[in-house]
Amino acid sequence: MKELGNMLELKNMTKILGDKLILKNVSLVLNKGETLAVIGPNGAGKSTFFKCTVGLLQPTSGDIIIEGQKIQKNSAEIKRKIGFLGHESFLYNTLTPMENLKFYGKLFKVKNIDEKATRLLKEVGLHYFKEIPIRSFSRGMMQRLAIARVLLAEPDILMLDEPHTGLDQEAVALLNRIIKQKQTNGTSILIISHDFDQVHELADRVTILNKGRITETIQLTSDIDLPKMKDWYAEAVAQK
Amino acid sequence: MSILIDAWTIAWKDLSNELKTKQTIGMMVIFSSLVILVFSFAFDPTNNMVKAVIPGLVWLITIFSGILGLNRSFLSEHENDCLTGLRSAPIDPSSIYLGKVLANFIVVTVVQVISIPVLFILFDYRFLGAILWFMLIVIVGTFGFIIVGTFLAALAANAKNSEMLLPVLLLPLLSPLMIAAVQGTRIVLENQDISDAISWLQLMAAYDLLFLAACFFLFEFIMEGS
Ligand SMILES: Nc1ncnc2c1ncn2[C@@H]1O[C@H](COP(=O)(O)OP(=O)(O)O)[C@@H](O)[C@H]1O
Ligand SMILES: [Mg+2]
Repeated sequence: MKELGNMLELKNMTKILGDKLILKNVSLVLNKGETLAVIGPNGAGKSTFFKCTVGLLQPTSGDIIIEGQKIQKNSAEIKRKIGFLGHESFLYNTLTPMENLKFYGKLFKVKNIDEKATRLLKEVGLHYFKEIPIRSFSRGMMQRLAIARVLLAEPDILMLDEPHTGLDQEAVALLNRIIKQKQTNGTSILIISHDFDQVHELADRVTILNKGRITETIQLTSDIDLPKMKDWYAEAVAQK
Repeated sequence: MSILIDAWTIAWKDLSNELKTKQTIGMMVIFSSLVILVFSFAFDPTNNMVKAVIPGLVWLITIFSGILGLNRSFLSEHENDCLTGLRSAPIDPSSIYLGKVLANFIVVTVVQVISIPVLFILFDYRFLGAILWFMLIVIVGTFGFIIVGTFLAALAANAKNSEMLLPVLLLPLLSPLMIAAVQGTRIVLENQDISDAISWLQLMAAYDLLFLAACFFLFEFIMEGS
């Protein structure tokens, strides 16, 4: 399953917001087909780190390299390759699920939008609601649609910022199934999560971002079980 | 080329939604009709002086009903942080601006198509001038208003009290355009020498081009912070 080579590489990324140094020299490599979980306390800078990578924020300094190529400022190329799921759904309340997907599909230049959108809506279990404006949707339904939106453009890299928040058990299982399916297809995945169960289930490698610094990283080999990972995390965060 | 296609995709999203609900356009038409009605009572329509206020009124209803629409145009993008969604799409950030300009321009034009005839009827004005020149002046003036207005609406949408901030910023910036537009409209409606109107029209066209270029390139920077 695992191919060799770097999908995404970040070199010495620094971000200053206002007069606060939020990210301090963050460097990280995401291999092809790998799933890397980024964990850390609230306010550590995880979301800021994602936004800088996607190009929503301009890093103060540092390089972003995708498949060996350095990315120019704010390029459309990186945005086509990365599917970004943020804290908010980015969906229009007045539009139906179908209209939302079609709209984003056009912006991402997706081919066969209708067909793909219909298939995705079935996959996330919203097919029955496809003609209802999403204003009335619950948090979990929105999150399901947000996931469908990210998958629509079939990105090479998925960046999921706390994707499990607000989902019911069934939806968590659904999301994990989708993520695993993407893993077998060779998609590289970066995931932020506070949910250790999911992290342990999904990730190949876990890294800790604390106070704007990457402090420690472990490979989740088979001998590291969930309690062990939790201990490792508690220890790593306590040190700082 | 693709920047125009993306812009139209974004504009069409707003317009098709407006077609469904007709909320903004309805509100703007009602507002401008009320303004016309109030002024038709304030000025006695039989008085010859009335002709002098019609050019001003055309632009008054355009600007103030337009501001209602502009205030709302970025509101939907802030629900669920859709603007960030647009910015994470592989499109030129300026196509968001162009799309909004297109949508706002079409909405304001629709409102004008309804409210300007109402204005002429209530003020008992019989159109004698050159209608094509009149339309050209209205279109160029409205376009300039929308260019600046959309940019400032995007800027103000990030601030508190945006609905108050927008007119306070917008009206001073619009004054050169509006002076030219009112003068040009007056000349055409009074059926005077068209060459005078043309020089006002040239001034308006220069204003439009200048601000379109500036707003187009600056839009990326006001998106960065949001
Ligand atoms: N726009 C901003 N301006 C100033 N500081 C910010 C801004 N956005 C986030 N921060 C600060 O950056 C830090 C990291 O935030 P964030 O990346 O959201 O953390 P996390 O996602 O890890 O919980 C926080 O201390 C927050 O206060
Ligand atoms: Mg966060």
